[in-house]
Amino acid sequence: MSAIEVSGLRKAYGKHTVLDGIDLRVAEGTVYSLLGPNGAGKTTTVEILTTLQAPDAGTVTVAGHDLATDPEGVRRSIGVTGQFSAVDNMLTGTENLQLMADLLHLGRRAGRERVAELLERFDLVDAAGRTAVTYSGGMRRRLDLAMTLVGRPRIIFLDEPTTGLDPRSRHTMWRSVRELVAAGTTIFLTTQYLDEADQLADRIAVLNGGLLVAEGTPAELKRLVPGGHVRLQFSDPARLDHAARRFADGTRDDDALTLDVPGDGGVTTLRTLLDRLAHERVEPDGLSVHTPDLDDVFLALTAKAPAAYTKDGVR
Amino acid sequence: MTATVIDSVTMFRRDLKHALRYPVMTVSGIGTAVLFLLLFVGVFGNALGADFLPAGAGRYIDYVAPGVILMAAGTGTAATAIKINQDMLEGFIARLRTMSIARMSVLTGQVIGSLVRTLISGVLVVLVAVALGFRPSATPVEYVAAFGVFAMLTFALTWMAVAFGLATKTVAGANSLTLILQFLPLISSAFLPTDSMPAGVAWFAEHQPYTPIIETLRGLLMGSGIGTSVWWAIGWCVVLAAVGFFWSRALYNRPRGA
Repeated sequence: MSAIEVSGLRKAYGKHTVLDGIDLRVAEGTVYSLLGPNGAGKTTTVEILTTLQAPDAGTVTVAGHDLATDPEGVRRSIGVTGQFSAVDNMLTGTENLQLMADLLHLGRRAGRERVAELLERFDLVDAAGRTAVTYSGGMRRRLDLAMTLVGRPRIIFLDEPTTGLDPRSRHTMWRSVRELVAAGTTIFLTTQYLDEADQLADRIAVLNGGLLVAEGTPAELKRLVPGGHVRLQFSDPARLDHAARRFADGTRDDDALTLDVPGDGGVTTLRTLLDRLAHERVEPDGLSVHTPDLDDVFLALTAKAPAAYTKDGVR
Repeated sequence: MTATVIDSVTMFRRDLKHALRYPVMTVSGIGTAVLFLLLFVGVFGNALGADFLPAGAGRYIDYVAPGVILMAAGTGTAATAIKINQDMLEGFIARLRTMSIARMSVLTGQVIGSLVRTLISGVLVVLVAVALGFRPSATPVEYVAAFGVFAMLTFALTWMAVAFGLATKTVAGANSLTLILQFLPLISSAFLPTDSMPAGVAWFAEHQPYTPIIETLRGLLMGSGIGTSVWWAIGWCVVLAAVGFFWSRALYNRPRGA
């Protein structure tokens, strides 16, 4: 069974179309990542799937509940951690968690146990008695996620959960996500960090201009853009000219004085390239290997005009 | 229904914790009313009492205290609107809306909390007034009725404040809107009888919601008679509460970003 099924989802604000027919399917117990530039409609999608907004058209099923006819059923199955930590600054960590437990009617004893367990799990025991206003950014996000987990939701929506976090806090968050998935939870993740999607997601969808322009596993998406290249850096235009004549398959950039030669960056191709450079008497000042990553995919897929494409990918 | 009550109580406890932890908001609500009391009794009292009150109307502090007490209901709305607005802006209300909890309990919990805080403020303002020489002549039944009038107005104004908090996009905006509720008593019969005012102002003062409510409270506390004011007072409070409630409910269920 799918955890989330979306078909023909549309949303417009006045004349401004935000979502122009989205179809997606998230398998249970997997991480599904929605990628897209700012303003692509990621947050709108999350807000619709979490019952905060009504779609103009389309059908949405979350945990088997139809969004249009059974929003309460959807709310019972989900947990949401939004873009900005929605914790109560004037309450302590314990009180924030207890508030969630009370609202979910966990019962006095079960609620207290759950709160203690989550404080432990998210490394908040020492800070439990302090008001959230004194927390660091990473602690607030951990508390926020812990609050989302109080009711043991089957499906969790994380809207840019690591935006603005330092690398250590980000890795802590990633570890939490992996633990959740290992326990069978489904995660719907939006992010603007491609390495985050690459690290966590089973499947990635790229949202641009209100449409899903690509969808697949990280490996499948990386295959969408042409292979890697080796970038040769020159110090003057004459040398670049000389090199460009010898390497007709390269792509030159006269401003940056670089020549990109196709190649996957493997040791064999690199050795061949170095031999060829010596033979052709091309002497670059520097050389760097570029393997295709999600950045290339992202930039290629979300480029505004087709003119931005070159045969070597996108720049 | 029971879920609504349980969740409302949970949200009320949250509000109570806020109030106990950060009493400044509550105190500032009382402060405005006390300041007006000191200003009008201490500074303007003699001049106003001698010149404008009809002969035999009694002392000025006994005239002005009921109006100032009701001002405490108005000044208490600022904290309510600001708190609701902050919950909106910080995404806390969005979080609650994605949870399976009784929808309106978030707002009713806040209303109960504001009601309790403002009623305490009202009692404190009464005590300050008594310390300054206010001597009500009410019977125990009249005291209870007076308390009821104050609670009724507070309830109505609090729902308006909740709507203001939900309708505005900034904390400053939420606060500014409540200034209407806070300072509307200035153009009423709170400080001076309306017949001492210029014709246009007097007409407004006589027909705005605060005047019949103030007249009712004054009548109950000072035995000056309440006449038809009480019906106008109840009517206005019902209208304000209904407008505030339905407006709040519509705003609360409104999709985000719309």
